[in-house]
Amino acid sequence: MSGTARTAVLRDAIGLGVAVGLYGVAFGAAADSAGLDSWQALAMSLLMFTGASQFALVGVLGAGGGAAAAIGSALLLGTRNTVYGVRLAPLLAPRGLLRRLGLAHWVIDETTALAVAAPDRDLARLAFLSGGAAIFTVWNTTTLVGALGAAALGEAAQAALDAVVPAAFLALLWPRLRAGAEEPAVARRVALGGAAVALALTPFVPPGVQVVTAVVAVALAGRPQEGSR
Amino acid sequence: MSSGTLWAVVLAGSLGCYLLKLAGLSVPAAWVERPWVTRMVTFVPAALLAALVAVQAVASGRDLVVDGRLAGLAVAALALALRAPFVVVLVLAGVTGALVHVLGG
Repeated sequence: MSGTARTAVLRDAIGLGVAVGLYGVAFGAAADSAGLDSWQALAMSLLMFTGASQFALVGVLGAGGGAAAAIGSALLLGTRNTVYGVRLAPLLAPRGLLRRLGLAHWVIDETTALAVAAPDRDLARLAFLSGGAAIFTVWNTTTLVGALGAAALGEAAQAALDAVVPAAFLALLWPRLRAGAEEPAVARRVALGGAAVALALTPFVPPGVQVVTAVVAVALAGRPQEGSR
Repeated sequence: MSSGTLWAVVLAGSLGCYLLKLAGLSVPAAWVERPWVTRMVTFVPAALLAALVAVQAVASGRDLVVDGRLAGLAVAALALALRAPFVVVLVLAGVTGALVHVLGG
């Protein structure tokens, strides 16, 4: 592998690590506003380490949801990582159980994107490991910053934080709906369906259950098309 | 929810998410790479994140409430449409929410 290619891979990995930092602060703040203490917020970033699931879990708890709905929504979003693992397995070719157990922890959106984009297998491993290390470090540090920062805020600032949380979810959703995403028209239909189901159920079910139930809107995506990937 | 229960939720959710990651590296690809499975998995985030946006913006327990959160969300959507960076989107939403809170008393 050439030095230039290695440098490019490391630059991308570190760049992505820095970019997730803001999301880490937002997650820490959202966790605080949902009633988690700073240690619990940090434990989630250390142990769960998959952004969308972490946001969903604290989002459901923040809406007053119960344990089952919170864990269920995190797991539903976590199924993505199973598909990523399948794509990564031939690239990473983990030898031995211990190595596989270790690598699995870093299987997330960003490390998969980095590894799959790398030009060969050695660079893919480097991209996965350097990206995983950069993101893991920054994500955990900024989670703690966000959680401690939000905990120090007064009551007036809590009203601001209440408005920041739905905006953060919208910012996570937005790239999936924009032109250039995978089938954006389908994703928009599914998103509108999910929001409609959740709002319609809100008066009738315990808080949080409407979020997990909104997954039925995935049916609006329809069947896979012939000849699609 | 007590601190002990919160810890249980955090740890159980984390273990489950880890096992989902590990499964991908461990099971035969053919089990997962079926067209309908990948299609469902691709669009689950759109459905759940949109549901969370809606619930976080207007739900309060079992009631639907219009307050600063919805105003903040509208401003955030506008900022995102104008391709504002993440931090700008959050700050604008927060400022809007706080303003509505102060003006609304």
